[in-house]
Amino acid sequence: MEASNTRTQTMDSHQAMWMYQKMSEIRYFEDTVHETFSKGVLPGFVHLYAGEEAVAVGVCAHLNDKDSITSTHRGHGHCIAKGCDLNGMMAEIYGKETGLCNGKGGSMHIADISKGMLGANGIVGGGFPLATGAGLTAKLQNTGGVAVCFFGDGANNHGTFHEGINMAAIWNLPVVFVAENNGYAEATPFSYASSCENIADRAASYGIPGEIVDGKDAMAVYEAAARAIKRARNGEGPSLIECKTYRNYGHFEGDAQKYKGSEEREEHLKDKDAILQFRQYMLEHNLSNEEGLNKLDEQVKASIQAAVEFAESSDYPDAGSLITDVYVDYTNTGRES
Amino acid sequence: MGRTISFSEAINEALAETMRRDKNVILMGEDVAGGAAVDHLQDEEAWGGVMGVTQGLVQEFGRDRILDTPIAEAGYVGAAVSAAATGMRPVAELMFNDFIGSCLDEVMNQGAKLRYMFGGKAKVPLTIRTMHGAGFRAAAQHSQSLYGMFTAIPGLKTVVPSTPAEAKGLLIAAIEDDDLVVFFEDKTLYNMKGEVPEGYYTTDLGKADIKREGSDVTIVAIGKQVHTALEAAEQLAAKGVQAEIVDPRSLSPLDEDTILASVDKTNHLIVVDEATPRCNVATDIAAMVADKGFDSLDAPIKRITAPHSPVPFSPVLEDLYLPSADTIVRTAMELTGEDTAMTT
Repeated sequence: MEASNTRTQTMDSHQAMWMYQKMSEIRYFEDTVHETFSKGVLPGFVHLYAGEEAVAVGVCAHLNDKDSITSTHRGHGHCIAKGCDLNGMMAEIYGKETGLCNGKGGSMHIADISKGMLGANGIVGGGFPLATGAGLTAKLQNTGGVAVCFFGDGANNHGTFHEGINMAAIWNLPVVFVAENNGYAEATPFSYASSCENIADRAASYGIPGEIVDGKDAMAVYEAAARAIKRARNGEGPSLIECKTYRNYGHFEGDAQKYKGSEEREEHLKDKDAILQFRQYMLEHNLSNEEGLNKLDEQVKASIQAAVEFAESSDYPDAGSLITDVYVDYTNTGRES
Repeated sequence: MGRTISFSEAINEALAETMRRDKNVILMGEDVAGGAAVDHLQDEEAWGGVMGVTQGLVQEFGRDRILDTPIAEAGYVGAAVSAAATGMRPVAELMFNDFIGSCLDEVMNQGAKLRYMFGGKAKVPLTIRTMHGAGFRAAAQHSQSLYGMFTAIPGLKTVVPSTPAEAKGLLIAAIEDDDLVVFFEDKTLYNMKGEVPEGYYTTDLGKADIKREGSDVTIVAIGKQVHTALEAAEQLAAKGVQAEIVDPRSLSPLDEDTILASVDKTNHLIVVDEATPRCNVATDIAAMVADKGFDSLDAPIKRITAPHSPVPFSPVLEDLYLPSADTIVRTAMELTGEDTAMTT
């Protein structure tokens, strides 16, 4: 299979500006988290999405709040594309009570159910059955919604890949499985760990469409997602889209990335950069101009800076919240006899 | 003064020592070498596990024996069970013990039961190394201590080391052992340094260690809580209470005799376990002592554990989540208060 580059969708300026803004927000958010983490300010594990912006944004451009997405450990980009609040996200990464999960979840578990964002996920392969379940709800309650499962190339070898997609297919559920093939599962190349050449090849065994797109090309992702989501909304069942992409940073912060080739890194950070490519597309198609995009970049930078200030000035959670939210209707500490 | 190395280096040495002796010992797991099939990557640049614990092993033993797997826990843990049953002596690394959710069947229904179901005609000499423990800001799905869940399963053994020297000796013993052993490594102990003997040696499974002798209260503590208990013991000593710290080291088999003998001496028992409190090892040990050592006790048994909740991300909450030396001191003072008053 070859990456599809057929242009079937038209893009208006409003939509293009939204996509550019979201991609820019993801990039500045992640670059900022990268810098902050390197100063030792942030606790825990952080996995950054920079480089893969076109995938989350190109897909989520077609979604609304009644649509659900499942995410991965590399979830910040999905959150932003699905409309999660930047202040609440940053505060969550800082472990503050104003975070989207009140500081209880952290980077790997950011969620906003009200936006249909069903959570970043610390378990590789965790999203397949969850997206299938969200698709089941949409079908049984006839909401008109779809569920999108974002997953990495590492997850395509996990058993839940088979179980989740197969069920979505036999029940004809409105689910779109979006592979973010960035070439490496942690430090292990896709080609070593997977017995197939492409993740999309596996769609055939479930009798669903599988399409490969250039995941650095926001328009290509946007168009493929339009087809798959339309199909899902029309009751025609699930699809699989494989986006060939690249992560700019390591598996997690602190990864020296020696398994990556220097040429490929260079190429992806420059010529193949998703945001630069989309910016060029917008200029060529008169969807904006240099001045308009520069102004938007400045606004985005300011909003990320404001999010950092919000997070830093927020309080940590109260001690009492340690034992709340375990159950809906009772609190059982059980700590000391 | 002997040689000092880290907990992480001690584990690395245990693997190297056993692999040199027995060609059937292999290590498999996600990025245990790292960068498989990347032409330009030098072996010394390879990850050696997500925390670098197995770094360097691929240089000595090669990629046939330090085997990177896809992210497919059910696949490779199940394969390790069967490789063990058919003649190999594998060590499988389950990166975080939380990931057992993806491969519990392979451990619980296959590995742990083969020998019994087959009338004693099979053995499964498999060691599963896995990271556990809170305090790393790793949040709810990467911070649990699940040794209690495994200890509840007949047919497998559970080991939780607390020092570098014991980590090495216990891991070699686990690999030598002909049963399935789940070996828990606390991620917050990896950088801890300690004296570790050179060469090949084993530390017996099923034998507790008294980390500090005392006459007033027995504190049984698991994994890194041994160090919290030792810190509390220093504070208690200043208050005139002598705590005896018992480190079970292996939870299955459990050295009941050492625990009971200590309680018989001190007449008081506190169990410190950072796992959640329901059906955990602290509860199991408390029940065992209530059953077999009731006459030794002058006061109720106390358990100090995490609360019945997932591990929170926020540093302030996670610090509250873990048992603290202050809580142990307060509990021990309350428990022995009468005795102390009588003897002073």
